[in-house]
Amino acid sequence: MCSKTPLPYMRHYTRFSAFVNPFFKKIFLPCVRKGLTNPVARRIIQAMSNGVHFGTKPFRAEMGVFSFLFEEVNGMTPKEGQVRIPSGCAIAAVISREGRRMTGEKIIEAMKPMHERSNGLGGGFAAYGIYPEYKEFYALHFFFDSRDTRKTCEAFLKERFEIYKAERIPTRKLPQITDEPMIWRYFVAPLQSVLSDLQLDEKEFVVRTVMQINTQMEGVYIFSSGKNMGTFKAVGYPEDVGLYYRLDEYEGYAWTAHGRYPTNTPGWWGGAHPFTLLDYSVVHNGEISSYDANRRYIEMFGYKCTLQTDTEVITYILDYLVRRQALTLSEAASVIAAPFWSTIEKKTDLEDKAKHIYLRTLFPSLLVTGPFSIVLGFDGGLMALGDRLKLRSMVVGEKDDKVFIASEEAAIRVMEPDAANIYAPAGGEPVIIRVKEGAY
Amino acid sequence: MGVEYLYPEFEVIRNESRCIACGVCVRQCANEVHAFLGGTQTILSDDAKCVNCQRCVSLCPTHALKIVKSDCRLRENANWDNDTIREIYKQANSGGVLLSSMGNPKPLPVYWDKILINASQVTNPPIDPLREPMETRVFLGKRPQKAERDADGKLCCSLPPMLELSMPVLFSAMSYGSISYNAHASLARAAKALGIYYNTGEGGLHEDFYVYGDNTIVQVASGRFGVHENYLEAAKAIEIKMGQGAKPGIGGHLPGAKIVGDVSRTRMIPEGSDAISPAPHHDIYSIEDLRQLVYSLKEATNYKKPIIVKVAAVHNIAAIASGIARSGADIIAIDGFRGGTGAAPTRIRDNVGIPIELALAAVDQRLRDEGIRNDVSLIVGGSVRSASDVVKAIALGADACYIATAALLALGCHLCRTCQTGKCNWGIATQNPELVRRLNPDVGSERLIRLMTAWRHEIKELMGGMGINSVEALRGNRLMLRGIGLTEKELEILGIAHAGE
Repeated sequence: MCSKTPLPYMRHYTRFSAFVNPFFKKIFLPCVRKGLTNPVARRIIQAMSNGVHFGTKPFRAEMGVFSFLFEEVNGMTPKEGQVRIPSGCAIAAVISREGRRMTGEKIIEAMKPMHERSNGLGGGFAAYGIYPEYKEFYALHFFFDSRDTRKTCEAFLKERFEIYKAERIPTRKLPQITDEPMIWRYFVAPLQSVLSDLQLDEKEFVVRTVMQINTQMEGVYIFSSGKNMGTFKAVGYPEDVGLYYRLDEYEGYAWTAHGRYPTNTPGWWGGAHPFTLLDYSVVHNGEISSYDANRRYIEMFGYKCTLQTDTEVITYILDYLVRRQALTLSEAASVIAAPFWSTIEKKTDLEDKAKHIYLRTLFPSLLVTGPFSIVLGFDGGLMALGDRLKLRSMVVGEKDDKVFIASEEAAIRVMEPDAANIYAPAGGEPVIIRVKEGAY
Repeated sequence: MGVEYLYPEFEVIRNESRCIACGVCVRQCANEVHAFLGGTQTILSDDAKCVNCQRCVSLCPTHALKIVKSDCRLRENANWDNDTIREIYKQANSGGVLLSSMGNPKPLPVYWDKILINASQVTNPPIDPLREPMETRVFLGKRPQKAERDADGKLCCSLPPMLELSMPVLFSAMSYGSISYNAHASLARAAKALGIYYNTGEGGLHEDFYVYGDNTIVQVASGRFGVHENYLEAAKAIEIKMGQGAKPGIGGHLPGAKIVGDVSRTRMIPEGSDAISPAPHHDIYSIEDLRQLVYSLKEATNYKKPIIVKVAAVHNIAAIASGIARSGADIIAIDGFRGGTGAAPTRIRDNVGIPIELALAAVDQRLRDEGIRNDVSLIVGGSVRSASDVVKAIALGADACYIATAALLALGCHLCRTCQTGKCNWGIATQNPELVRRLNPDVGSERLIRLMTAWRHEIKELMGGMGINSVEALRGNRLMLRGIGLTEKELEILGIAHAGE
C-alpha cells in the first residue's frame, strides 16, 4: 500500500467512498459537496499528494484533509448552480449516552448546511424520550384528510384501545409549509380483552393495527406508533418542517433528521422520512437495488409495503429481524449489509465466521444492495449503518456524552463545533450507541 | 420407392474442386451418408440418410462440404405444412408413434425474449464487476423459519443440508445410457472444477464417477434403475424425478440395444433388456405418497442430503409446487415445455406442458402468498439458453437454473435432434465405442468450464449494471424486469410491468 501517491486526476465520482483501491485510487470525499471550485479541487489534490495515506481504512488518515476542506468550503458562499449532485438525501442524528434531554433546535440547525441535499419535497424528524409523562402509552401520530375520516378512525380505535389522550399536534403556520392535513396524536393502550381474544402480544397487535389502518382506511395515515417517541414529518425542507412542528419545544435524548430528494416516489407527507414502526424509526439516504427482492420477501410475513419506498422496506426488515427473529442489532446489520463471502472466508475467529455464514444463508433475501446509509432509532439508542460498498457518505463524531451522525461533517460541526473523533464508518460496519441503562 | 417416398430433407453439396477425396467424411458419418464409389477416388453422398449433424462439414479439411435444406418441397400450404404432411406419410407407413429428440422446436412464444432487464442511471450507481466484488454464490435447500439460539443466547449456527453453488447454474439430468460415458465424464469433471453440480439422470452412477460425488445429484425415477445404498450415499443431493418438461405424463424407454456392458451394470438390469420407466412412480399415486418417498430417502441417508423433487411445468403447477413444498422436499425443480430429451413422442414433446417462464412466475408467487417460499429452493430448466436467461429467471424468483441442451452444445452437439437413433456423430448421445471416443472428456470438460465461466462473467456484468452485487439481491427482484409486447394477462402472470411503465 503506497502512501504519498500523487493523485493523477480527480475522478468525477470521488463522492463515493468505496474502498480505497490502490490501483484506481478512489478517494473518499464526503464533505466536498458544495462550493467545490477549481481552486478547492486543486488544494485537495495537493493535500493528498502531500501524504494522504491510501489504505483499506483510510478515514482516520484523511481526517486532516477533511477538516481542511471543511474550512475551505465554509469560507466561501456556495452559489446556486455550483456542484450539485441530484441524488442525495441528508440525514443527521444526535444522542446523549447519559440520556440527557435536548431540544430539537440543534438538529434543525444541523440540516441547514445540507440544504442542497434535499429538494423541498420531504423533511422529518424522530425524537426519543419526548413523552415521559405518557411513556406507558403508544403515541400514534396521524394524518387525516378530513374531520369525517378522523371520526371513523377514532371509532375504530376505541374498539381496540383505551385512548388516554387525543389532541392536535401543535404546529406553527409557515408560508413554506402548505397543503397540511389534519395532524393528531393519540396516546393509547391496547385493550387486554382484545389482546387475549386475538392471542397476540401487545407489539404485534399494534403493528397489525397500524398496517390495517394504513392499507385499508382511506384518508388516514399513522406515521408514528412507538412509546415515548414520535416522528414529525412533512413536505418541505427539513429546517422548515422542524419549525413547523415546534420541535424547539420538545426535549428528547435522541434525535434523527432527514431531508429528502425524492427520485422514485412523489413527495407527499406520508412518504417523508423518518419511516417508523413501533419505536423503530429509520432515516435513509440512498436508492437500494435490492428493493423488490426485499419487499417480496418481507411481505410474506404480514408486512405491506404501501409506500414503495426503500426506507419503508428497511424499517420492516429491521422490525422483522430484531423483534420477530430476536436478532441483536449487530446481527441484523450483518444480514442487511452482509460481509462479502470472501471477507467471511478470511475470518480467523471461527465462531464469528460460522455466525456470518449462518446469517447469510438463513436470510439471503434480506441482503440490501445498492447505496444506502441509514440511522435506525430505537428505544434507548441509535444505530448507523452504511451499505457494504459504502456508496453513500456518513460520518460519526462525539463530544462528551453526545454522539453525532450525519451525511456530512458540516452538519456535525453545526451541532457541536468541537466534536472529536470524527470518522467515517466502513461499509457494513454498524455503529451502535446506547443510552446507559435506566437513563431513558 | 413409392407413395411414402419424399425427396430428402437435406442435400449434401460437395464442392468437387475442393474435395481431395481424403475420406474423412466417409469415416466420420455414422449414418453412412458418404461412400467411395466402388474402388474409385470418387465420393458419393446419399442425401436421404443425412440428419444435418454437420460432423462432415466441421471436419472436412478443405471445406468442400455443406448441407443445405432441400428446396424440393411439397406445394406450399399454410395449414398443411411440409413437416405435418411428412409425419402423416411416416405414420401411414409405420403405424407407430412418432419419436423426436431434444427440445420443442415449434415457434411458440419464448418469454425470455420478451423480458428486458434494468440498469442503473444517475440515482444509484452501477457497480463495476472488474473493480468491486460481485457475488454469484447460492445455497439451495430448506431454510428454518426462525433463527435458533442456545441457552446462552448464542446463535445455533446449524442449518439443514444444503447445496452450495459457486454460480446459480447446474447441469440437468441426463442418464448414462442416453448420453455416453465421455459426456458424463465431461459433465462430472466440469461440475467439480466449477463448484456446481451435475445430475446422473435415471441411469445410475458409473463406478468411475463416485469420486465426483460431492458434485453429483443422483436421481431416483420411476424405473428406480441403478438405485442402491451406495448410490444414494455417494451424492450430495437426491432428486426424485416425477416428470420431465419434454414429456410430461409419460415415462421413458431406453431400447435394449443401448443396454450394453457398463450401461447394463450401472442400471442394474440385464444386457439387452429394454429399460422402461413407467409413467407414474408406482408407489406415488398422490401427494401423501410423495411425502413418504421423500422421507424414506431422507431416512436412508440420515437426513444429510437435500431432496429435490423434479416436475414438469404443467397447467396446475403452482398448486402442485405448493404440495411438494409441504411434502418435506428441500428443493423443487421445474422443467418447462421446451426442455430437451434423448427421445420422446413428438406429439407429447410439442404439445404438452407450459413455458417455464410462466410456470416459474406462478410458482414463486404462490409459494410467497402461502408464506412457504423459504421452505424450498426453486431450480428451473427447460431451455435456459444464456446468461441473460439465467438473470431473468432469478429475477422472476428462481434460486438456480438447470441447463442441459446448452451443456451438450458446448460438448459439440449440433442440435440435429436425432438422439433417438443412437448414432450421434459427436460422441454424445450414443453408446457406440467408436463414436464415444470422438468426445474427449479433457476437451469436453474444458469447454464446459469455459462456457460457464463466460456466463458467470455475463451474469456479473448484468447484475453490476443493475447496481446489484450479490445474486441474493436479484432473486425475485421483479422490478428489475419489464415485458415487451406482452398482453396484460401475460404481464400479470409474470408479475412484471410493461416496458415504459
